[in-house]
Amino acid sequence: MRDVAIVAFAQTEHRRRTDELSEVEMLMPVLHQVLDATGLEASSIGFTCSGSTDYLAGRAFSFTMALDGVGAHPPISESHVETDGAWALYEAWVKIRTGEADTALVYAYGKSSSGEVRDVLTRQLDPYYLAPLWPDSVALAALQAQALIDAGATDEPALARIASRSRTAATANPHAQLSGSVPAGGYLVQPLRTGDCPPIGDGAAAVILAAGDTARALCARPAWIRGIDHRIEAHSLGVRDLTDSPSTRLAAERAGAFERPVDTAELHAPFTSQEVILRKVLGLGDDVDVNPSGGALAANPVMATGLVRLGEAAARIHRGESDRALAHATSGPCLQQNLVAVLEGERPHV
Amino acid sequence: MTDVLSAPLVVEFPFTRSLGPVQSAFLTGLRERTVLGVRTGRGEVLVPPVEYDPVTAEEIGDLVEVAATGTVTTWAWNPSPRRAQPLGTPFAWVLVRLDGADTALLHVLDAPGPEAVRTGMRVRIRWAQDRVGAITDIACFEPYESDRVTTDPIPHSGQFTDQVTGIVTPARLDYTYHPGRAQSAYLEALAGQHVVGERCPACRKVYVPPRGACPTCGVATDERVEVGPRGTVTTFCIVNIKAKNAAIEVPYVYAHIALDGADLALHARIGGLPYDQVRMGLRVEPVWTPGSRHPDHYRPTGEPDADYDTYKELL
Repeated sequence: MRDVAIVAFAQTEHRRRTDELSEVEMLMPVLHQVLDATGLEASSIGFTCSGSTDYLAGRAFSFTMALDGVGAHPPISESHVETDGAWALYEAWVKIRTGEADTALVYAYGKSSSGEVRDVLTRQLDPYYLAPLWPDSVALAALQAQALIDAGATDEPALARIASRSRTAATANPHAQLSGSVPAGGYLVQPLRTGDCPPIGDGAAAVILAAGDTARALCARPAWIRGIDHRIEAHSLGVRDLTDSPSTRLAAERAGAFERPVDTAELHAPFTSQEVILRKVLGLGDDVDVNPSGGALAANPVMATGLVRLGEAAARIHRGESDRALAHATSGPCLQQNLVAVLEGERPHV
Repeated sequence: MTDVLSAPLVVEFPFTRSLGPVQSAFLTGLRERTVLGVRTGRGEVLVPPVEYDPVTAEEIGDLVEVAATGTVTTWAWNPSPRRAQPLGTPFAWVLVRLDGADTALLHVLDAPGPEAVRTGMRVRIRWAQDRVGAITDIACFEPYESDRVTTDPIPHSGQFTDQVTGIVTPARLDYTYHPGRAQSAYLEALAGQHVVGERCPACRKVYVPPRGACPTCGVATDERVEVGPRGTVTTFCIVNIKAKNAAIEVPYVYAHIALDGADLALHARIGGLPYDQVRMGLRVEPVWTPGSRHPDHYRPTGEPDADYDTYKELL
């Protein structure tokens, strides 16, 4: 089967609020950026796939409005996933691998500022035993963080160092919402302090995928997707070992992440404690540059954050700053679903 | 630049769900102060119970009764309860492994402060006064120093009188809706009894209502254009079923109307002439009622009908 690469990536400046913009108004500039970068036109794209959720906007079928920004007439081949855009990228990758398309436009967006994202995310939980209790996203992450602390895998100062390292890295990222010296703050839900949690904000991202020689023609150094896989584990938190992430480990194995070391890892860890787990299951040592973008702790446009990880990893390969990068995306409570991709620059001829 | 509009938006829905045999037994059991789990083929007891083994996907239904006491496996102190969470005072989120169970249940713990909570602490269920067959029949957990109950879970038929077979879970989410630049301009014009569209810089089509993008070209539309007030009926239907709470007498006509200068048809009700005299090409104008945010309906202008060729692209 054909090789597939990410050939262009764009993201908005992620901001706390974008009241003046509708979703499509927020999205359109990044669509134009990736199209301009490749010289492609919307009408020549083989497949378009997006990730978002109506629950952030509080409006049914809000993603159909966003399609106006793509130029869906004359008719295009299009699909939507009601989750992070990283899974839209996976769907597009399958389309290209199977020869259904040569190029794909993948985009994702989220305007968390419209509502209370902590409450909104409770609606993705099991409706019988969990959702009626309204356990918010920070609360569930805090249960996981405490389990890690009890297991001796981390402590509060170590978590604070992850927060600090991420936001320091984000000073080099012009798109980041939160960067530099950010106070640890008080407990949002103990043991997680404000600084251990992601900012709430609005943003969008887009990438273009292409196959084989098309990718080489569109991009000087395509970021080849050497492997990609996603896995899920039980929804119920009480049946899982919250200090582990077997789904991430399995996805990484199937994506080929353990075949050779990576130099960069973009991890979708909205909470500091989740980075501890991901580093462990992915076997990332101190020699790996983890979240040089600042990661989700610097910008967390819900539903686009995972796609941004793939895009940031690809962009480092485009720029020649990485030869082999791992990108991870997550969805669901406490790392329930995990996607891992391994991206590489063209291997030197021997 | 137009001021950006905003308005509160509440999405509320009573989610009504049926229960399978295992969930029905569990939730009815809570109403009767009985906690049921399910035993898997591997011999584990899952509480809360599910109908399929999360490891093997095997269908399971072997119910057992476990204790109302248990052990905290992890916790998190919530200093600021959010609306609809089980307790209004600061509390701990807890995962509790009930005595006899091998998995943990998520709920809340009523405790005086975080210093009173630790992993491994012993707790028991505090039952709600009014129980209906829902997870909230457990009002919360409370600290309860006791030895772990080590006897084996007791098999249970799962049968109760007046079994709960469904739940209604009200959900409410609060938003502040911002329609964005283009739609704000449209709504503000409507407040002045005007209709505005936006022209695409590429294909020159005028969209109404404007949404900020040309769906054909995928580019921002930013040139504001006043359209109407008059327009042409491009197509219509006769409505014979009275909508709930609608004051309009049936039959009435709902039509697509191409306002003069617009390249997209709006839809609105037609009034001011018998329903069976509405036709394609009819020239109409808006009728505003005081305090209304939209034209109440459109009525004939008395002009000759528009020529088909003038609106055939807008059907």
